[in-house]
Amino acid sequence: MSDALSRYETLEHGTGVAHPIASRPWYRHKRVRRVLYVILVYALIIPGGILLTLPFLWMLSTALKEPKQIFVYPPKWIPDPIRWQNFIEGWTKFAPFNLFLRNSLIITLGNILGNLFSCALPAYGFARLRARGKEVLFLIVLGTMMVPMWVTLIPQYVLFSKLGWTNTFLPLMVPAWFGWPFFIFLLRQFFMTIPRDLDDAARIDGCSTWGILWRIILPLSKPALATVAVFAFIGNWNNFMGPLVYLQDQDKYTLALALNQFRGQQGSFYYHYMMAVAVLTLLPIIIIFFLAQRYFVRGIVMTGIKG
Amino acid sequence: MRQREEIEFYIAISPWLIGLLLFTGGPLVASLVMSFTNWTGLTTRAWIGLGNYQKLFFEDRLFWIVLKNTFYYGFASVFLGTVGALMAAILMNQKVPGIEIFRTLYYMPSVTSGVAIAILWIWLFNPQVGLINYLLSLVGIQGPGWLGSQKWAMPALILMSLWGIGGNMIILLAGLQGIPEYLYEAVRIDGGNKWHEFLHVTLPMLSPVLFYVIVISIIQSFQIFTNVYVMTRGGPGTATLVYVMYLYQNAFEYLKMGYASAMAWILFVIILGLTWLQFKSSKYWVYYEFEGR
Repeated sequence: MSDALSRYETLEHGTGVAHPIASRPWYRHKRVRRVLYVILVYALIIPGGILLTLPFLWMLSTALKEPKQIFVYPPKWIPDPIRWQNFIEGWTKFAPFNLFLRNSLIITLGNILGNLFSCALPAYGFARLRARGKEVLFLIVLGTMMVPMWVTLIPQYVLFSKLGWTNTFLPLMVPAWFGWPFFIFLLRQFFMTIPRDLDDAARIDGCSTWGILWRIILPLSKPALATVAVFAFIGNWNNFMGPLVYLQDQDKYTLALALNQFRGQQGSFYYHYMMAVAVLTLLPIIIIFFLAQRYFVRGIVMTGIKG
Repeated sequence: MRQREEIEFYIAISPWLIGLLLFTGGPLVASLVMSFTNWTGLTTRAWIGLGNYQKLFFEDRLFWIVLKNTFYYGFASVFLGTVGALMAAILMNQKVPGIEIFRTLYYMPSVTSGVAIAILWIWLFNPQVGLINYLLSLVGIQGPGWLGSQKWAMPALILMSLWGIGGNMIILLAGLQGIPEYLYEAVRIDGGNKWHEFLHVTLPMLSPVLFYVIVISIIQSFQIFTNVYVMTRGGPGTATLVYVMYLYQNAFEYLKMGYASAMAWILFVIILGLTWLQFKSSKYWVYYEFEGR
């Protein structure tokens, strides 16, 4: 192989004559080419990186400005003076954002718990237990990922109205306890990578089917469960349409809903406050992102590739 | 023993199975039935057969505008987003110092979405003092009115969607890293350059992942809602009135539940059709290795 390689390398210009190293022009040297390559890659990724990061910096910059400086043109990047109290004032002056935070947390945590329970159990069934009709049922799981939520939304709304659940958190939390196709798929993919010998050994030691799930599969799947928790957190934290449809009273509002109303009321006068509250709203997402980056990537690899 | 395992299987999947009947299957049938009625959520419902569909296709001028807007947004954002994500993924696959930092920078925007981000972009798009027009002025371009302009409001939403290419970039990057090195070596031995490597190894080996990304992106982009609702409400005029925005208005603002149900089913059929078309066309461009995983 390496013989063939070196022979081909000398044929690069089709001359068939091997150049002695010294007579190579400077740009064909390995070290020089490596440096040029690194410079080229940086030249391509740095501008993109800057463009993608600027909106965040702009947001933070606006959030720290005093009102006079917001509409200054050309814009000043570094606020002077820096008004840290924008965060406190934006959060407390206009609406009870602490209450909205509490509402968002309750709904999000309820969804995470519900999803972990209602997706791990079916995923275990699909990954490990033999039964007639299993393949068809799993195809249905994948098929329902294709159904737009808008098709089921109106009848669901009618159902929850009939139950008297509108203007409560129940419509936003209960469905999470009944499985979510994407997470079932993700967890099944992960469970299937756990060696079956472990199940068999546990079964010989007298473990039941549920004991195997509880003692073997779940403890070994912490990364996958964390992935589901992270995705569920992000999805529910950002969810706007559900709360918009189901919640009417202001004291039931989630952060997303409150933020939209805040914008509607304050229009474009209070950009510094709006940006400050937006930064605070995004903070949990950004923190979780940095703590759990590997889980995101793992989840995407588990489902995006082997699907 | 075998029978016990079957019972255990059905116990295990029962949460999902109940959910399928209550929250997906049942509503799916119910919304189909509703779409044949003139129900408003308040009055008694009367069966009007295909009336809603007839009205949508032949009388509702907005419906065709909405379709046109949705296809415009969907295809433009998916095409540009996929090309962008692919280029970003190839760059992120290069072995240069500090590449992890750039991966994080590129990926992060795609995780943040929702109202906070929509409000941020309203501010970025501000025609007089927004950041985007300021940056354009630095290179001597006078930026347009963006969200306030009939012509530029939709391009603004498409531009905003490109900020989130990081998610697809990560999927494609994982696919790139799964391509075995010896294939590239083979190209080099045959005297190929980087372009040949891309054309004869990267693209065919990545095509299943690319296919997945495009299918999912189309499904998502046809259902864009939050950004439109927060940023433009479908305006100015009907410039950004996308399918789901109009559906929402019909259902929850005009209380035309039957009409909205018909719209939802048409959307479902459109999405199924587009997905089916992509699967059909995939045999011409998606390259699957023999099942030797």
